[in-house]
Amino acid sequence: MVSELNVPALTIKPVAVSPGGAAWITLCRDLRLGFRRQAELINPPLFFLIVVTLFPLGISPDPAFLAKLAPGVIWIAALLATLLAMDSLFRGDYEDGALDLLLIVPQPLFMHVLAKVTAHWLLTGLPLLVLAPILALMLSLPSQAYTTLIASLALGTPLLSLLGAIGAALTVGIRRGGMLLSLLILPLYIPVLLLGTGAVVAASEGLPAAGQLLWLAVLLTLGLTLAPFAIAAGLKITASG
Amino acid sequence: MNWTWFHKLGSPKWFYEISSRWLPWLVILSLLLLVTGVVWGLAFAPAERFQGNSYRIIYIHVPAAFLAQATYVFMAIAGGVGLIWRMKMAEIAASCCAPIGASFTLLALLTGAIWGKPTWGAWWVWDARLTSMLILLFLYLGFMALQAAIDNKKTAARASAVLALVGLVNIPIIKYSVDWWFTLHQTASIKLTEKPAMPAEMYYPLFICLAGFYCFFAVVLILRLRAEILHREHKTGWVKALMSNKC
Amino acid sequence: MLTSLCWNNLSGDGLPVVTELLRVNQLVCERDERLLFKGLNFTLNTGEMLQVTGANGSGKTSLLRILATLTDDYEGEIYFAGQAIQAVLIAYRQQQLYIGHAPGIKGPLTPIENLRWLQGWYQSLSLHTIENALAKVGLHGYEDVPCYSLSAGQQRRVALAQLYLSHQALWILDEPFTAIDLKGVQHLESFLAEQASQGRSIILTTHHQLNVPDGLVKKLNVADYGE
Repeated sequence: MVSELNVPALTIKPVAVSPGGAAWITLCRDLRLGFRRQAELINPPLFFLIVVTLFPLGISPDPAFLAKLAPGVIWIAALLATLLAMDSLFRGDYEDGALDLLLIVPQPLFMHVLAKVTAHWLLTGLPLLVLAPILALMLSLPSQAYTTLIASLALGTPLLSLLGAIGAALTVGIRRGGMLLSLLILPLYIPVLLLGTGAVVAASEGLPAAGQLLWLAVLLTLGLTLAPFAIAAGLKITASG
Repeated sequence: MNWTWFHKLGSPKWFYEISSRWLPWLVILSLLLLVTGVVWGLAFAPAERFQGNSYRIIYIHVPAAFLAQATYVFMAIAGGVGLIWRMKMAEIAASCCAPIGASFTLLALLTGAIWGKPTWGAWWVWDARLTSMLILLFLYLGFMALQAAIDNKKTAARASAVLALVGLVNIPIIKYSVDWWFTLHQTASIKLTEKPAMPAEMYYPLFICLAGFYCFFAVVLILRLRAEILHREHKTGWVKALMSNKC
Repeated sequence: MLTSLCWNNLSGDGLPVVTELLRVNQLVCERDERLLFKGLNFTLNTGEMLQVTGANGSGKTSLLRILATLTDDYEGEIYFAGQAIQAVLIAYRQQQLYIGHAPGIKGPLTPIENLRWLQGWYQSLSLHTIENALAKVGLHGYEDVPCYSLSAGQQRRVALAQLYLSHQALWILDEPFTAIDLKGVQHLESFLAEQASQGRSIILTTHHQLNVPDGLVKKLNVADYGE
């Protein structure tokens, strides 16, 4: 058969890296890219800081009043900062063709998606956690609520990244989709906001906040299991159109 | 089990033909139910002990709120069917549902506000149900905005179907978290729909109104679907034949 | 993965040996309610090159994107080594290298870093191998420069360096000669011809007359299948 066609027959050997290994490569690449663009790295925490500064200026600098406001203000600012950073998650890859390559890798797409969201959270979400205690201090949040604030942000912001990534995947093909992304995703952020602020408010009043934190953990687990599939489905749809 | 009806449902031509036979009956049925329910509810049902006549808005408010939620579920399921089985009609149905559902939600919000004025003394209070309704309206508007933003119709239908499914998973979470949040901040004591022991004379017309709203939904959906089918299939032979017969 | 396949023809060490790599049957593609092509058929054997031609907008890129499994918005069948590609999707994706219009080169990363992740999803590479491949495309001395400081042609060369690293059986190249200088094109042509003669299958779009031995290249004009 081979000689008949007068072409060399090809032996097909499997060519692939394990899903975990490939996802690790994606994670490292995105982190490296993030660190090469340091100017962009600083934007979300800076935005977080400025938005929080606006509240005492716009409402009242009274410490007692600010202390009541602090959980909500910090959470809303964190939510907006995460959201603003979200648009860049897939857009760069979409524009330079890297997203196409990601869609045809021999490993399951959701692993790569999870790696990308993780890298994105490490670059944009984690700095907010570091900054949060300083902002809490500026807003005179009672000191007993600090641990809860950090814990709620640590559980909540990855969830915000996962939900936001669904929106980013669905709007990636749309020019100037950033505004649309906010419209799609903000309603979905509401439970996270309610639980997050609820936990910090409870802690600042000296009440136990474990219930709210556990609920956040439940939602995070749910998000980690389901969101990557929604993101992958969204990417396949919008990038192939 | 026989699945031919399911496959038939996927064919726009078949749906267009069969729905023209259903439509008159549905119109008559929904008119009958709505007129009976509304007249009974507004004119003959007894006045409520505490709220007097102002409670009668429930004959519009409650069915609208019901349909607002049911439409979202229907839309998400239709979107999911369209995604999984690549069924054209399901995709079209999902996109046709959104404006209807958004209208029901808006109606529920408006009637809620009108009811709020005599009951709470304010047009808007952050009641758990009203807040959930408002968020539902945002979800509908997001769905419609996404659909409008993507030029390719197929891509638009599939992308918004994913969004609707994500919304469907989130709706119970949103609802329960808002309810929980409301119990923390609760000030108002009268809830809009949980009437302690509503007498039968009050809720019979409510059920009739509800059934009427469902039929009305079906009528509007079918009308929108038929228009959308003609628009999408305008290149096909059967639509051209249909149009030339009518002209 | 590969073990789930039932190949007709197995070599001594249990790996499948094939000659008919790709068969496309009655392919129909529509974009935005416009028919691009229908009834498109072709067979690609191992060691063959397929040059896809056609005017702008005739659907060359759409065809390549379908073959690269980037979209399933088409009708018709595609067989990889005799099996429907949906059934052997992972094995098929392992065996294809796709370089599109926008080849996914990241400006802030160096050529080495870019290649390390582009091919990293398929194989782990030593630094030496990557440097070798870069030298072959004439980028010796640019290994550690961020790609945004390279010219368009040099960036395209970074993407094409994948060809010197790839073990995949099928290469799908969308306009690979864009922005490449004359000497580079000649070099690339002879490399592609050499690879084809060793059993590699190559699908490419280009408007340029390929200068490779006769009988090696099949031509497919997408416009013939349009309306």
